[in-house]
Formats: sequence, C-alpha cells, structure tokens
Amino acid sequence: MRFAVPVFPGSNDMDAVHAIEDVLERPVTAVWHHESDLSQYDAIIIPGGCSYGDYLRPGALAARSPIMEGVQKAAEQGKLVIGISNGFQILLESGLLPGAMRKNDHLQFRCDIATLIVENNQNPFTGHYQVGERIRIPIAHAQGNYYCDEQTLAELKKNNQIVFKYVDENPNGSVEGIAGICNKRGNVLGMMPHPERAIVDWMGTSDGVKLFTSMLRYWEENGGAE
Amino acid sequence: MQSNQMVKSLPHEPTPEEIRDQKLYQEIGLKDEEYERVVGHLNRLPNWTEISIYSVMWSEHCSYKSSKTLLKKFPTTGPRVLQGPGEGAGVVDIGDQQAVVFKIESHNHPSAVEPFQGAATGVGGIIRDVFSMGARPIALLNSLRFGDLKTPRVRYLFEQAVEGIAHYGNRMGVPTVAGEVVFDKAYEENPLVNAMCVGLLNHHELQKGIAKGVGNPVIYVGASTGRDGIHGATFASEELSEDSEEKRPEVQAGDPFMEKLLLEACMEMVQEGLLLGIQDMGAAGLTSSSTEMSAKGKHGIELNLDLVPKREEGMTPYEIMLSESQERMLLVVEKGKEERIKQICDKGGLQSAVIGQVTEGTQYRLYFQGDLVADIPVLTLVDDAPCYVHPQKVPAYYLENEEVRPEKELAQIDPQEAMLKVLSSPNMGSKKWVYRQYDHMARASTAVLPGSDAGVIVIRGTEKALARCTDGNGRYVYLDPVQGGRIAIAESARNVICAGAEPLGVTDCLNFGSPEKPEVYWQLAQAIEGMSEACHQLQTPVVGGNVSLYNETKGEAIYPTPIVGMVGLVTKREHITTQSFKQADDLILLLGDTYAELGGSELQYLETGTISGRPPQLDLEKEQKVQRVVLQAIRQGLVASAHDLSEGGLALAVAESCMTGQKGAEISLETTLAPTVHLFSESQSRILLSVSAEKAAQVEELAKAEGVTCTRLGKVTDNDKVTFTVNGDRVIDLSLNEITQQWEEAIPCAMKQSSRSTS
Repeated sequence: MRFAVPVFPGSNDMDAVHAIEDVLERPVTAVWHHESDLSQYDAIIIPGGCSYGDYLRPGALAARSPIMEGVQKAAEQGKLVIGISNGFQILLESGLLPGAMRKNDHLQFRCDIATLIVENNQNPFTGHYQVGERIRIPIAHAQGNYYCDEQTLAELKKNNQIVFKYVDENPNGSVEGIAGICNKRGNVLGMMPHPERAIVDWMGTSDGVKLFTSMLRYWEENGGAE
Repeated sequence: MQSNQMVKSLPHEPTPEEIRDQKLYQEIGLKDEEYERVVGHLNRLPNWTEISIYSVMWSEHCSYKSSKTLLKKFPTTGPRVLQGPGEGAGVVDIGDQQAVVFKIESHNHPSAVEPFQGAATGVGGIIRDVFSMGARPIALLNSLRFGDLKTPRVRYLFEQAVEGIAHYGNRMGVPTVAGEVVFDKAYEENPLVNAMCVGLLNHHELQKGIAKGVGNPVIYVGASTGRDGIHGATFASEELSEDSEEKRPEVQAGDPFMEKLLLEACMEMVQEGLLLGIQDMGAAGLTSSSTEMSAKGKHGIELNLDLVPKREEGMTPYEIMLSESQERMLLVVEKGKEERIKQICDKGGLQSAVIGQVTEGTQYRLYFQGDLVADIPVLTLVDDAPCYVHPQKVPAYYLENEEVRPEKELAQIDPQEAMLKVLSSPNMGSKKWVYRQYDHMARASTAVLPGSDAGVIVIRGTEKALARCTDGNGRYVYLDPVQGGRIAIAESARNVICAGAEPLGVTDCLNFGSPEKPEVYWQLAQAIEGMSEACHQLQTPVVGGNVSLYNETKGEAIYPTPIVGMVGLVTKREHITTQSFKQADDLILLLGDTYAELGGSELQYLETGTISGRPPQLDLEKEQKVQRVVLQAIRQGLVASAHDLSEGGLALAVAESCMTGQKGAEISLETTLAPTVHLFSESQSRILLSVSAEKAAQVEELAKAEGVTCTRLGKVTDNDKVTFTVNGDRVIDLSLNEITQQWEEAIPCAMKQSSRSTS
C-alpha cells in the first residue's frame, strides 16, 4: 500500500510521513503541490499545518493547486483520502466534503488532547474502532468550528457520514460537536484532530494507531496487493 | 565600481557638517565621545548613512558595550561546546554526530508598545538565529513578565503577546513546549517577552555567519526591505517613555509564512552544502548581518543597494540599511553557486538577489545609484565598539533589608488559607490558558507536555531526548543579586534534572534597567557573579544569550530579571520523568532541607503586596549533590515522579504533583518552624519525589551516600484529599477537586474581569 502526502508551502507534512512509516511500515512519499498525477498511490493523506500561511481562508489557496486534481481523481476512483486539520479544511474548500470551517467560537487557537467518540466504524478509516469507543486524540487549530446548514446535517446523519464527535468538551463550537466527517461513499475522511500525533504512548496517547491500521486492513480486504 | 571614489552625501540628508554642528548623532543614540571616535576611525566627518550605521552597531543591543566586561565572567567553554557566544546561537554536542543549538532573546520594548507583533517577531527572530546555524528548529520556549492582571492594559498586553507568540510559532510548525509567566507590578509598564528556540543539527551541517573568498557573491534571500523597524536596535537600547507609543512604527510586522519558506529553503541549502556563510538580518538588519559577516571573515564587503529587493519606492541608503523588516537572510556562497541558490528559492516562491561581493581588505563599502555612500573600516564597527565600565553602588534598599525578617509576620497566616491563596494566584495557577494557545505537539515529538518542570522532546531514530526549560525569579535577584543569580541557574538545572536529563548548557537573557544607574549596574554585576559561580559548579557553560538593558519607565527600573534557558540530555527514553504523582501508595520523599526563608516568596507578595528581607540562600555544593541523587535515582529506575520545589514551597509542589496526576496525598511532618513557614518556605536545593514503597530504601541509600537529607513525608492516595499534618495537627485538609478547580481558574478568572475594573 503506497501513501502520498501532498506538501504545500506551510504544511507539517513530516508528522504524517513518520506516522505511516512507524505504524504501517509502508512506503510513503511527500509530494510537492505542483504534481497533479497521484495515480501511483493507493492512499493520500493531506497533512496539517498552515498551507499558504492560512491566507485568505485556511485551505482556500491549497484547494486550488495542481495536486488537488490528483486528489479529486483518487477520490473518484474510490482510493482512500484523509485530510487532517488543515487537510480537512482543504477538503472542504475543494468541495470534496460538505460544509465549512469557522473560527473557534472562543476565538483562540486551541491545542489539547481532545476526547472523541467514534460514531461510525462502517468505513475504511475506523474499522478497528468500536462504535461508541472513546478515544483521545490531539487537536491544534484556530479554525475548527465545523459548520453546515440543517439540510446538510440531516444528510450527514442519514448517510452515516459523521465519523467522530467531541465528547465532554466541544473545543471549538462545531455543529453537534462534529470532529470528523466522511463523504457519502465513505472513502474521503476529514477530521480536525491529529491521529498522526497519537501513535505511541509517550505522545500522551496512542489512540490514533487504529485509524491507520484500519486503512491498511480495508485496502488489503478490497483487493490491494503490495 | 571604483574604490577610490569619494564618499557622497545625499542631497536631502543632513550634511556631515550639520551632523557635527547640530549634534544630530545624539538623536540616533550616540554620545559626543562616541561621535569623536567615529571621526577618528574614518579620518573625516561621517555622512548620515555612515553615522547611522555606527549608531546601531554601537547600540547596547548590538555591541553589549555596557555589559561586555561583565559577561566575560561566564564560563563559555566545555568538552561538549561546539560553538559558544558570538554566533547566531550556541551549539552543544549530544553524541552520535548530533548537536543541539539554542538561544534566548528579548523582545521587550517592541512588546510594550505593540504586543502582538512585538512578541510574534521576537519568536521569528529567535527561530532565524537557530536555523542560520544550519539547525532545524524543534522547539520553542518563552518567558514572560507582566504587571498585575487587575490593570486592563496589562490584560491587553498579556493577551496580545500570548496570541502573537502563538501566531508565529504555530504557523511555523514548531512546537512551543515550555515556558513561564510571572505577574508582578514591577513589570507594569515594561513587560518582558523573552523567546527561546532549540534546534537540532548534524555536526557537518554547522554554519557560521562569515564572509570569505574574494569575489564570492553576497546574496539576499527572503522578504523585501520596507521602512518598518528602522532604528529598532536603538529603540531597544533606551528607556521607555510616554513618547514610546510614537515608536509603534519602529516595531516590525512579521509574516510567519514567509519565514517558513525561508526556513525550508535554507535547510535545503544546508543539506546540499552550498553555504560559506549565513546570517540572519535581525536587529539592525542588513547593517549588522553584513558588517558582522565581514568582520568575522576578516574580509571586506561591498554592496550595491540598488539591488536590494525593496517594498517601497524611494528608499534611501539610511532606510535600507537600518530597516528591520523580518524574514530576511544574508548568504555568502562560492562564485558559481548563485544559480542553484536561486533555483531553491524560486521553487518555494521566495525572493533572492545577488547584492554584492566579498572584497580584499577589510573595508565595508556601500553603493547607491552609482555613488559610494559609505566607506568604513569594518573592524571599527564590530571589534572597536566602545566598552563601558559604569560605577556601581550598593542600593539603599539592599542595606535596609539586612535586618528584615518577614517570616515572623507570615507565620500568623493559617496554612490552609495560605494554600488556597497561593494556588489560586495567577502566578501559581495553572498556565493552561497560555499554553493551550500554543501548538505544543507539532512535529509529534513532544513527550512531556507543558505543565511539568521541563518540556521534553524526543529525537527521532534515537533513544535520546532533550529536556529544556526557562526560569528566572526577579524578586530574588532584586533582594540579593548574587543569590538570585545562583538560584536562576540552579533552579533551571534542577528542572531539567527532574525531567530525567543531564544539564548541558545555558542561554541567558539579562533583563535589567539602565546600566548608567550605579545601583542597576551593581545588580547586573552581582547577578552575573552569582550566575557564573553556579555555571562553574554545575558545569553548565553559557553558550549564548542576550542582554536587554534600559528596561525602565518613568525612571523606575523593573526587577533585575535574568532569564535562564537550560537544555539537558535524556540518554534513554525510559528516563523521562514528570512531576505528577502516578500511583496510590507510592511514598512521597523530600530531598534537601527546609529553613525559614520567605523573603521574596509568593506568599509574602500575596500577603503584603511587596517583597522584603533576603531571598533563600543557595549552597552550590549541596545543590549539586541533590541533583546528583535525583539523576542517579531516575537512571536506576527508582522514581515515579520528580518535582522541583520553587515558588510556593513544599505546599505548592505537593499540590501540583497531586493536581497534574489527579491523585490525593497524605503528608505528615515534624518541624521546629511554624507550620506556614515550613510549608511555604522557598528554601533551595529541594526536590519532591514519589517512589514505590519497595524502592524507597534505595533512594534513601543514594541520598545518604551524598550526604543529602531525605525525609519520608507521606504517601500518594486515590482519595480526593490533599492533607498536611504538621507536628500532629492536621493543618491543611482540602479536596483535590476543589483545589484543582481553583488552580485551573486562576488565570481565566483574572482575564475575564470587566475592562472597567481597575485596582
């Protein structure tokens, strides 16, 4: 299973690269945003960070770069795409996921280890979790206040697209405490928390590991071959 | 270009004669005798550009002219030191051909007038200092001082400075892993914003700020030069006054995105081995970077200012040279490598330009629209800067304090009341409000999150980790600068030890008032004396730092505040230790001795609104022994938690270990001191440990071998109770839940006051 991590100016790409290397021991390539052909990869991880300095709106500029054509195509082919934090914002800005991000309701940047509840394990990213499982995953963002209109929210619920919700405390004011959603088909996931920062105990939590192992298992069970 | 050209003055600028006759040099911070010196060096009258260059290079900020002789006391060498003071940052070997690079720097004056940008660009500047050494920045720290949060302006300064730090560090993807904040009215008008950066490099990647090889190009990389920050270094070297608000335009504005591009480009150049010399354009911008590279390389430099990328039309040489626009770097590469540099910059969308070359001799020449506009023997700017030894005087307050014993009065306070008061003060309260605005987990290498004694970052691919902290206590230094100086070093070493690391070295930021006041100069000299003694004893050389003088408003100096940034090496990941209690029934041990020492304590400040007496006394040999015991115990796997005793004393240390571990504690002790004095004394060289019952004897053995007092205080519990029994009386009995709440709410509560409520 080959992974690509798109790199925009301002991305924190190495965290995602290291997570794949350390957890899955599979080949992973950091790909500069000028490249639009991602056909050789099986999964794409759009990393966190501040692409283009968060200028205009977080993710807005990156969403219009050549590499997003490759991401779009991969999504259409049913390959796995995950956007983490700024990556989630990019997926929203490029229309691959519905909704939008607003500033955190308290207007401050927030870095913490958030407690999430797994809402859905019927998708490629959460197969190894239990529904209702509480997991601790770091967050670090200024604009993670997910918003969508009521109709979209109803759609998300109907199609089981809400993957993670914050419990105990909603750190940014997002609609219904949403922390991560996927597309209708289930192969594109966006989430504000950082599973790549939760892969060994000394990080404070290793609850992110199962997200990556779930992806690998899904790929293997669906005809993936090394 | 001809080097036998005459130096020209530009039509709209003051003429050399006007500068002399109207003493215009005074307006840019030069004294009469310094002007005479410049005339002597040049053998003619300087023009406006030249005198301005001397003015910034001879400012305290760039030349350390008032502190240089005192700073010589610091030990700066050691078997691990690869680079001491004098470059962008200090470099210390950590084995396996790796080295850690670190430096702390102040951005106090800019932050006093424009806190957001002032603090942000402080972070930007220190990051550049570290990557200009060839190192990848891996962690940020900061040390902040503000007035009382009851004042609306203080809340504004604090809130904005924190946001500025977050803004810059978070966007750079460098985690802010530790720091400290102190509120005291001594900093009401003159806050302190000190930022520290730590980087990592492989030995062969180490860079220097040097110009060499005649004919080699001098390359400008990064943001364009604008009119921001002109004379920032001079501004930083004078007292704040009511006119300081007018200096807002002298505060630079930062662009962390630009810096991220600059960082990645420089890292690529370092990896390809393209650079001969590299230096950040920080304070005094193009002037300091180019002249210092020239002086260090013992080569001349000539620059064509027409080629400097500019943000605005019609900039004069004076403006170009003194601009402190951020995110700029100056490079010297071998002739022929210019093209590759340009390719790397172009890839990241970064601007670059060849603006000059290295020349024979040591003359520094600037050309502008075909004219020679400066022609200076470069060594006179750097090596021949003036150097002052000011008169010293023991301050009256110091003598008066000799007889003051605050312990008697403070002993009357009920211990439980004292506990609640101390832990809900903004100084002692949880700093979560601050650090959760910082991305402290970027790079996914943070092993000890903020809130423990020191932040710890693991080094990928090795068993090693780096512990680091910033520390300083201006109250102690004010009351006794020698003791305070020792404590600053000893306590930061202790913090690093408590994390399981061996202290490697120090970077320091000396924040003081005006050195021209004999009392202040005495404080400075004495503090450096105390710090040097401690550095010698604990074998932690000073490898870099910064001096920030003239921290005064309306004639009132801040507390003398040396801030120490300490870096330590954890040799095995399993040694990483935190302050939080881990397990019920673990025994709680105290290493060290407790005396009646409440001078300058948090309890004294809270009770009386001021400080007096003498601060705690520090015995360096004893300190070293305590530290040795703890490090040995940690390395032998005996320790569950370790926590340095500092402000708030034993009572607060126990409470913090309880609150961060969400465990209860039962403490029982015998003492000849009054309970409140014993529990809140800030005696030095003490560390609180928790250990499993079967390992306690081994720790006691280690302590005995070093002659260190080790007292069993009680045990960790699973109850919601934190209790202290002194001489058989239960003097503190509090619910863990309740104190945690008060402790966590201390700063958020203080920040939520209506903007109209003033004290």
